[in-house]
Amino acid sequence: MGVRMIPQGTNLYAFLEGEIDHHSAVFLRTSIDEALVQSCPRELVLDFSGVTFMDSSGIGLIMGRYRAASAQDCRVRVMNVKERDLRLMKMSGLEKIVEFGVCV
Amino acid sequence: MKKGYNELKMTVDAKSVNESFCRAAVGAFIAQLDPTVEELSDIKTAVSEAVTNCIVHAYAEQDGKIYIQVRITDGVYTEIKIRDTGCGISDIAKARQPLFTTLGGDRSGLGFTVMESFCDVLRVRSKPGQGTTVVIEKRIFGKR
Ligand SMILES: Nc1ncnc2c1ncn2[C@@H]1O[C@H](COP(=O)(O)OP(=O)(O)O)[C@@H](O)[C@H]1O
Ligand SMILES: [Mg+2]
Repeated sequence: MGVRMIPQGTNLYAFLEGEIDHHSAVFLRTSIDEALVQSCPRELVLDFSGVTFMDSSGIGLIMGRYRAASAQDCRVRVMNVKERDLRLMKMSGLEKIVEFGVCV
Repeated sequence: MKKGYNELKMTVDAKSVNESFCRAAVGAFIAQLDPTVEELSDIKTAVSEAVTNCIVHAYAEQDGKIYIQVRITDGVYTEIKIRDTGCGISDIAKARQPLFTTLGGDRSGLGFTVMESFCDVLRVRSKPGQGTTVVIEKRIFGKR
């Protein structure tokens, strides 16, 4: 599991890769939050195209980043979530707080 | 030998690094039923939720053991038992409600909701101070 953090203009992209569970989420959270503080973006884009598995820890990860980003006036967008994981995300009412981009 | 019956039992340390191992091992055992990709990931997700709960809630990230039993009956039914001897749950109905969590941070409170919606049956038995057993049942229709 890993994440590549790429700042671009006023956006900060997080390309997530591999499996998201409670174990990997600890590392992902730290990496994203550090980059968030460093680059102070207008929008944090979480790209899920490389995610091969996620459980509810993935939802917790998004909710936590939403809180961290909001604290510095930054929006959150979630991109390229697989149909199945989108079903999981919708159980949480996540679509009410973050914007969903193209989903596959 | 009972026809269509097969059983797996394993005990693992309650360490977060074992979360991926547990779901992969149960998935590999279930693979003999020729499940669809969807069925397999439903089971892996449910196992991941139950195992994580043992680690973060039952043992609060301290040492402990997780006991996993998988039973296949009639060649299509799977029953997965995940047991801990941790802190237990005082109000099970409340714990099962969507978004309910006793931990702050990044817990979403959706573990039980996910187990319930990805499987056919979810049973929870628990005694405060003694531990919790979660039983998940799912029929595998497979690719046939
Ligand atoms: N094995 C367990 N031992 C003790 N408490 C548990 C266990 N599993 C779940 N719980 C309790 O049930 C609550 C809800 O669990 P869950 O739906 O998985 O959400 P989350 O793990 O995000 O808190 C937990 O916050 C915890 O209080
Ligand atoms: Mg949980």
